[in-house]
Amino acid sequence: MNEKKYPRLLTAGDGCVVVEFGDVIDMEINSRVASLAAAVRKAEFPGFLDTVPTYRSLAVYFNPVTTDVDALYSKLGKMASALGTGKGSESRRVIVVPSLYGGEHGPDLADVAEHTGLTPEEVVKRHTANDCYCYMLGFTPGFAYLGGMDPSLETPRLKNPRELIPAGSVGIAGKQTGIYSISSPGGWRLIGRTPMRMFDPDRNPAIFLEAGMWVRFRAVGKAEFDEIEAATAARTYRPEILEEVSPRLVGAGEVL
Amino acid sequence: MAALAFSVQMPGMLTTVQDSGRWSYQGKGMPVAGAMDMQSFALGNILVGNDENAAALEVTLLGPTLSVTEGEGVAAVTGAELGFTVNGEPIANWTVVTIREGDILSFDGPRSGCRAYLCVSGGIDVPMVMESRSTYTRAKVGGLEGRALKKGDAVRCGEPAPLWNRCEGLVCPEALRPLRDPAAPLRVIPGPQDDLFTEKGLASFYGAEYVISNSADRMGYRMDGEPIEHTGAADIISDAIPLGAVQVPGHGQPIVMLADRQTTGGYTKIGVVCSVDVAALSQRLPGAKVRFSKIAVKDAVGLVRAEARTRDELRKLRAAWRSSARVSSAPVPEAVAAPTGGEAVLRVDGKEHVISWEEIGEVE
Repeated sequence: MNEKKYPRLLTAGDGCVVVEFGDVIDMEINSRVASLAAAVRKAEFPGFLDTVPTYRSLAVYFNPVTTDVDALYSKLGKMASALGTGKGSESRRVIVVPSLYGGEHGPDLADVAEHTGLTPEEVVKRHTANDCYCYMLGFTPGFAYLGGMDPSLETPRLKNPRELIPAGSVGIAGKQTGIYSISSPGGWRLIGRTPMRMFDPDRNPAIFLEAGMWVRFRAVGKAEFDEIEAATAARTYRPEILEEVSPRLVGAGEVL
Repeated sequence: MAALAFSVQMPGMLTTVQDSGRWSYQGKGMPVAGAMDMQSFALGNILVGNDENAAALEVTLLGPTLSVTEGEGVAAVTGAELGFTVNGEPIANWTVVTIREGDILSFDGPRSGCRAYLCVSGGIDVPMVMESRSTYTRAKVGGLEGRALKKGDAVRCGEPAPLWNRCEGLVCPEALRPLRDPAAPLRVIPGPQDDLFTEKGLASFYGAEYVISNSADRMGYRMDGEPIEHTGAADIISDAIPLGAVQVPGHGQPIVMLADRQTTGGYTKIGVVCSVDVAALSQRLPGAKVRFSKIAVKDAVGLVRAEARTRDELRKLRAAWRSSARVSSAPVPEAVAAPTGGEAVLRVDGKEHVISWEEIGEVE
């Protein structure tokens, strides 16, 4: 096998190029993706269309009619190399996601408790204890790929996926936890639901979450759930977003 | 003069509002959507005097029946030949016709291709959602309530651009229409994960014949044929899926990802169909045979630029058509023919610019 050198540029058609920083899921690598995304957006080169940051690579979309493609490749190569070793962000933006656990909103909480050997209360406690890092968004609008869930909560997906999972459902799939942003089929174990809408096309912004942010789940009761749900429907709900200075990178180097 | 409005008498198989797509939100997981055959869509808009990104109706195979409930304007159908008629009279594709209150627009059945664009002066006016009017049905976003047209819908159009009423009779010459040879191989730019396939796998992909399966929609076309062999696992750490990406999951059958594709995915991508051929593929139907060939990225860029020049050519033709004395088969009422503006081609430093102007004066 030939040794791959990073960062490397990958051709992805006539309107897209991918800058890849590694082939593992790692916060340090992911922070370099975020840095390059910010630099590319700031550079405002002619023909620029979009960036898609993912776990370990950044896709840059461009209009091939107005873009000097060779110049773009070489510029991106230089920008990516100049980033050096990623350090991660010193500050953390944390979005608080209120969640009602168990009952009809989290029908698999008991199964997760049984699988992990914990009480349902302990599952909720551990699920709300760790902040989770948003590596990327994808799959459906506003769907976050989160890392950093307490490893003791690991539970496999359902053998038979559900045909329809309501938007806002909070689930566990293996080492991952996440929130269904729109109603869709799925096989994650559902432990709760947030009254927040992760995606609302008629709201500005349609999606609060961004790659590089952190998610903190907060357990709420039925009364608060209903209150937030009503505010969400009226589009008056503003999520709690905290700016925190992190003493160290939590979960740096972890592999999902 | 009032802007056009339609009432949907029959919705057709799948008729959606599309424009050039919802860009700049892919990083948040929002698919681009937009017209599947971007060139036909843009040429149609140019024909009817619109900005080339104005929203149009993307008509799939069996077209809708629409009645004009209000206003007057021009319309043109581009892309697939689906049997466009106005008041029962066949109207050739790529031709601008005047439509007005009381007219019935319909499609009497497919001849060739899969997707046609019904472009109308002023464009389809639905609310902008995340900077686009494109319908993305999976998340119920854009278009009419995020869905395809249904019976009884009222469809409104925007205010037409100046000089729309001088587009009637304009025809996009054959030489400027996109080539849609159904037997031509789809040209693929190798990568980003072509190194995860064996020599044998690559030989299958570029050598064998594939058939478009019944799993073929705006999200992607799955092909059936010789399985494509991976060097190891078929899964990668999820990354971005560009338009035209050819995903090969573990079963070895290629899936070409199209307008409504999800933004990211975890399957290996052997290559990316060049933009020009993405549009060509979107005009093919399940059961059609498909071959893939290689193209270098600079050649693919050349093809896209050639299409852009074609659009410039049509804009020049439109300018000439509008500024010349009109030769139209339909008698033109004096009030409409009286020049209230004009359009001309201006050459500065070897670059041609299309200048249009409008006289602001008496309006009735």
